[in-house]
Amino acid sequence: MNKKKLLENVIHGVFLILGLITVGCVLLITVYLVISGIPAIREIGLFKFLFGKKWESSAAEPSFGILPFILTSIYGTAGAIVIGVPIGFFTAVYLAKMAPKRIKAVMEAAVSLLAGIPSVVYGLVGMLILVPGIRKLFKIPDGASLLAAIIVLAIMILPSIIKVSITALEAVPKEYEEASLSLGATPVETYFKVSVPAAKSGIATAVVLGVGRAIGEAMAVMMVSGNVPNMPSLFGSVRFLTTAVAGEMSYSSGLQQQALFSIALVLFLFIMLINATLNFFLKRDKEK
Amino acid sequence: MLTQKISKKRRAYITVMRTLMLISALATAALVLFLVIYVFAKGLPNITWELLSTKPSYLQNRIGILPDILNTVYIVLATLLIVIPLGVGAAIYLTEYASNKKVVGIIEYAAETLSGIPSIIYGLVGMLFFCQFLNMKTSLLAGALTLVIMNLPTVMRTTQESLKTVPQSYREGAFGLGAGKWRVIRTVVLPGCVDGVITGCILSVGRILGESAALLFTAGFAHALNGVIEGLTSPGATLTVALYVYAKEQGEFGVSFSIAAILMILTILINLSATLVSRYFNKRRKL
Repeated sequence: MNKKKLLENVIHGVFLILGLITVGCVLLITVYLVISGIPAIREIGLFKFLFGKKWESSAAEPSFGILPFILTSIYGTAGAIVIGVPIGFFTAVYLAKMAPKRIKAVMEAAVSLLAGIPSVVYGLVGMLILVPGIRKLFKIPDGASLLAAIIVLAIMILPSIIKVSITALEAVPKEYEEASLSLGATPVETYFKVSVPAAKSGIATAVVLGVGRAIGEAMAVMMVSGNVPNMPSLFGSVRFLTTAVAGEMSYSSGLQQQALFSIALVLFLFIMLINATLNFFLKRDKEK
Repeated sequence: MLTQKISKKRRAYITVMRTLMLISALATAALVLFLVIYVFAKGLPNITWELLSTKPSYLQNRIGILPDILNTVYIVLATLLIVIPLGVGAAIYLTEYASNKKVVGIIEYAAETLSGIPSIIYGLVGMLFFCQFLNMKTSLLAGALTLVIMNLPTVMRTTQESLKTVPQSYREGAFGLGAGKWRVIRTVVLPGCVDGVITGCILSVGRILGESAALLFTAGFAHALNGVIEGLTSPGATLTVALYVYAKEQGEFGVSFSIAAILMILTILINLSATLVSRYFNKRRKL
């Protein structure tokens, strides 16, 4: 009998450890980023690091200012949201409320495909279509620019925005819509004035998810943004927080490499901030 | 009819909204269609048996992606082999054992945090921890372990969902017959989470195939032809990483598009099997 109890306890312990692995991973990542990110910030100085406008990591007298990267990441994400959210939102309303069943099924499969396509494929297509397209259209010497990155990011966040918004819109109780219809509102009015406000926090979640995906994307952006540490401008070559890490990692060493870790730490803090916002919306949803 | 009673302003609003919806949906559909056709048109013609079955050789001025295909297979298998026991175990702990709400909350919060972390950060930490600290060097195994952390939340979540559908009465019945907790888990709970595990596998495979940023610094980008054991301990590029290297570093767009077409086909297959699996299990559950 005692032996059996012991066995049960051991198994309980094993499962507890398995359960705690995720927590361990989060701690591992956080600790590693903080430990490896702090030294460079200390050496460069927090203010100089965050607000310095010049990044010359391999110059004789290197300067490590990541303001261009921070601003590029923010502008790029904002741009992607401005383009991607309206398209995704209207598509979601159409699919959730108006589309015939068959069209809805096909479109949902298409959106899933969009979500599954590897980011390097977006980067590749962007490199060969967007970059030359932008160069010709706006008559600039190089089409690899913030604009190209924004367009690629907008496409990449589209599926998560559409999917999450559809789920939110479909969860709106039928009674709300029926009440609105019976009061004389037309279907389209009902969707936008009753269903959408009722699904508000779900749609907000979708947007925040999109922000998270856009700010964290590295490879696709690396392939279309030109990768030069300029202050951001729509038609200039730019470098994001993510691509700054990815671009120099393979050949860097010493303070330069440590500075890259610090960039990753900054990126991580951004993501944590976004996660906290996401949790806020999710919790509010649950309480309702 | 009804529409005639609606004021002009309302009618304009309806028209505008309807047009916006249709334009957006059409744009999305056109985008997907364009991407698929473009990638296939540029990639499929270049796929030859030689490309698929050889390794790159400078001497013969030839590019082959067999090593990349094999590396992808190795890394997928290695990742799944590790992540499934871990993810399923964690899910079982959460649904069957955990009684403390705080612990559950912390674990679920951790899982959510993990799924929000961008892959470049995984790559960096994977490089620091697996390659440098654990001294695995740049190797497929280090890449696979990094991917394990990335995919853990996915497997955990899908398993958890399927465990929730195992009726409580089954467990109670087994307990009532005198079975211990472990026996109940083995005989009643585990068979019930098969569908969750399969879904988790499919989703993870999709994510592994698409992953590049996390692998660039952990698994590297070599194109050597290796067996499984050798392969796991030496650096190697997966298809996605190979695509990136060929396109960005070497300007070999033909090969890149061939890989892109292969990845596109795999993505379509994965999505299809995910749909079929969920349909199959839904039907079986209803019986």
